[in-house]
Amino acid sequence: MPAVAETRKTVETLGQNTYKWGFETDIEMDIAPKGLNEDTIRLISSRKNEPEWLLEWRLKAYRSWLEMREPTWAKVHYPPIDYQDVHYYAAPRKKPGPKSLEEVDPELLRTYEKLGIPLHEQAMLAGVELPEGEEARPPVAVDAVFDSVSVATTFRKTLQEAGVIFCPISEAVQEHPELVRKYLGSVVPVTDNFYAALNAAVFTDGSFVFVPKGVRCPMELSTYFRINARNTGQFERTLIIVEDGASVSYLEGCTAPMRDENQLHAAVVELVAMEDASIKYSTVQNWYPGDENGRGGIYNFVTKRGACRGARSKISWTQVETGSAITWKYPSCILQGEGSVGEFYSVAVTNNHQQADTGTKMIHIGRNTRSTIIAKTISAGQSDSTYRGLVRMMPKASGSRNFTQCDSLLIGDRCGAHTVPYIENRNMSARVEHEATTSKISEDQLFYCRQRGLSEEDAVGLIVNGFCKDVLKELPMEFAVEAQKLLQISLEGSVG
Amino acid sequence: MNAIAPVGINPSAFLDRGEGAGNAARRKAADYLRTVGLPRAGVEAWKYTSLRALADVSFTDAPRDVDAGAVDTLLAEVETISGLGAGASRAVFVNGRFDAGRSRLPQGVKVAAFDPASELRDGIDPAGDVTTALNTVLADDGLALVVPAGVDAGCLLLVSIGLAGEDAPVSFHPQHRIVVEKGGRLAVLDAAVGRGYYLHNPLYDITVEEGGYLSHARIQAEGKKALHLAVSHARVASRGVYDSFTLTLGASLSRHEVHAGLNAPGASVHVNGAQLLAGHQHGDLTSVITHAAPDCISRQTVKNVLADHARGVFQGKIHVERIAQKTDGYQMNQALLLSDTAEIDAKPELEIYADDVKCSHGATVGALDDDQLFYLRSRGIPNEAARSILIRAFLHDVVDQIDDARLKDSLNLAVEAWWKREVA
Repeated sequence: MPAVAETRKTVETLGQNTYKWGFETDIEMDIAPKGLNEDTIRLISSRKNEPEWLLEWRLKAYRSWLEMREPTWAKVHYPPIDYQDVHYYAAPRKKPGPKSLEEVDPELLRTYEKLGIPLHEQAMLAGVELPEGEEARPPVAVDAVFDSVSVATTFRKTLQEAGVIFCPISEAVQEHPELVRKYLGSVVPVTDNFYAALNAAVFTDGSFVFVPKGVRCPMELSTYFRINARNTGQFERTLIIVEDGASVSYLEGCTAPMRDENQLHAAVVELVAMEDASIKYSTVQNWYPGDENGRGGIYNFVTKRGACRGARSKISWTQVETGSAITWKYPSCILQGEGSVGEFYSVAVTNNHQQADTGTKMIHIGRNTRSTIIAKTISAGQSDSTYRGLVRMMPKASGSRNFTQCDSLLIGDRCGAHTVPYIENRNMSARVEHEATTSKISEDQLFYCRQRGLSEEDAVGLIVNGFCKDVLKELPMEFAVEAQKLLQISLEGSVG
Repeated sequence: MNAIAPVGINPSAFLDRGEGAGNAARRKAADYLRTVGLPRAGVEAWKYTSLRALADVSFTDAPRDVDAGAVDTLLAEVETISGLGAGASRAVFVNGRFDAGRSRLPQGVKVAAFDPASELRDGIDPAGDVTTALNTVLADDGLALVVPAGVDAGCLLLVSIGLAGEDAPVSFHPQHRIVVEKGGRLAVLDAAVGRGYYLHNPLYDITVEEGGYLSHARIQAEGKKALHLAVSHARVASRGVYDSFTLTLGASLSRHEVHAGLNAPGASVHVNGAQLLAGHQHGDLTSVITHAAPDCISRQTVKNVLADHARGVFQGKIHVERIAQKTDGYQMNQALLLSDTAEIDAKPELEIYADDVKCSHGATVGALDDDQLFYLRSRGIPNEAARSILIRAFLHDVVDQIDDARLKDSLNLAVEAWWKREVA
């Protein structure tokens, strides 16, 4: 197919200037010196005015981290990370709250604009009051994490009326210490793994959500994560607690500025669902993946885990992973409650020199628990993408079920796609089913689209979106639209 | 990234015995074992199988003088299991040593005496894995057989008989080399039986040349106290076929590791197997199928039937190299748990670097299907008989994968005998 080769060449000459969100905001920063030791941790803790128990908790995590070794089992390769060469704290300088958008730092506004945040939400993010009665659609609440400190939290009033707490976790530590103390580290213990221990020691901020008994959260909650200052690792900590019969949908979207040096990111997300509760956690991750030669890009080592503690509770993870140079991420469900449900829907796209090792763990502990895993992996360029997942049926998980489907799509002959499922069953009546396929975009499909007048790129976009449909349809609508665009942008320059 | 620390079990008892017989490969294997030790849990390649059973035990050389009557009894047992009578050609190994008196080699093949100085063929790294390294250090006998070009050598029964006491453990490490030259054919039925406390650690160095055909069925029916650590290295050339099957019935702890390389266009391998385990048995079937050339085919179906406290492990990797376009790889892994205390651990793995390939795998794990049972019960079939029908149907499906009719019959007989002995 000479036409294909030609297209590929044309596209390749265009280079990889496609990272739409590659920019850096220049705001005054308050930065801790590089390096990690007990003093750094004490500094973070005192800047955040934290109670003694939290400092102790951080120090315990730090001491166990010192004993731990970086995991090497994932199929990702990168030069050794110097953990002493990172700023562990960076906060925008505090200023009195602006009265209107004109008073807001224009750099910050420009950042929001590039992120595509609507104007009225920009105003709220920047702490400006919103004129009454502007909302026609169900609103989205945003807790923007601008580097390490939450800049603003919106729609707080509506949420407060419903009894929902949605605030930066540093604020929750001050205002709801009993809740934070009870649940922090209860799903991901400080000693869980190397990166989780690091996060526990130095986390600077993140989101906290508490939905009380019987409350259906009136709006979708959303966080825009941004990594901004040069050389600041970002260590977010998110904690979501949903009580009996309550439910929430949480959106997490990420973009980051283009830069040369690799950046470390080690977030921890903990979800707790009590009886009949349901949590839907959606992520679009689009951090800077590095340039077409594999220079730069974010290192993303994330621990995400949800505990279905109560009977009939449900946790659903949906993720679209297009960014980061290295992704190491396994959103998991611990299905303790009888009849609880875990879901994992994932699209992971890698291009150029990106490496992704991602998947899930479904630990079935209670009776009649169910889990579904749908993972779609797309590799292009010289990238490597791995699905790694564990399904474990514990001895008491009678009548439990799992269904797993992993499909990989390879675009080009210099990339790799790998599937590594682990299946462990210790209960006779539990059923596990797993299917995996690997293929490329078929000539027939391409030909069919091309002869109907679609360009090569559009045809590939269409086919890839179709390939991912089972996952994309699980996303909230606004996210689904963004995700489709992202898929197309991520695969630019790889068609052939 | 990090240097490998010797986290495993100290192998010095084995290494001391292997000293003296020093060619380069043996030295390399010994160095490797000294560095990594024998794996405990936690090493990725041995995630579900620990060799803790080898810790704190000194295995000594297996005795040469054994009770001839016991050997004949076990040999008769093999004939019963396999259905291959005294007339069939056979190569008999007793405690890892060739027993010329009881062997009858097939016509038209070349057999050489085992040469301890000779090294494994190119492409087998003596330090590539623990099982291979252990064999390389200690091998002192084995079958070295060549099927000349164009010769159909029929069916060979390869018997291993282990005889040891109940308390003092012994080990033997035979190294078998089979070469099927251009267009040659051979079917090997490989049966391992025994009594007592021993470790059988055979290595199979297999080469199938252009258009050659080798069927290789293994029936591992070792004694209840035995340990079995086998490794096969198969290399298949253009249009060659290596059709293999591993039936695991015996031993308290067993692992068969298969490394199959498809090295030229049009080659194909089948790495099928079944593990039927009861009591506290632990059986591990691990395979790495490497597609190193375009247009090759690999097929794998592995089934586990696990009763009582048995634990079955399946780790199967299909590795498709960049060059191996048009690869057709398929892998299916199923397990039936017959008790609430049995356990299955499976890790079917695809590692793919070529884009124009068709690779898929599937896995299912569960108990007997209630609907199917009900269907049979409602037709007046008693519960036990209905279970038996379903389990044997489940197994029939995989035994049927082997092409050679003689081997298929033998495997069916062995499954039947296991069924009568362990479950019925």
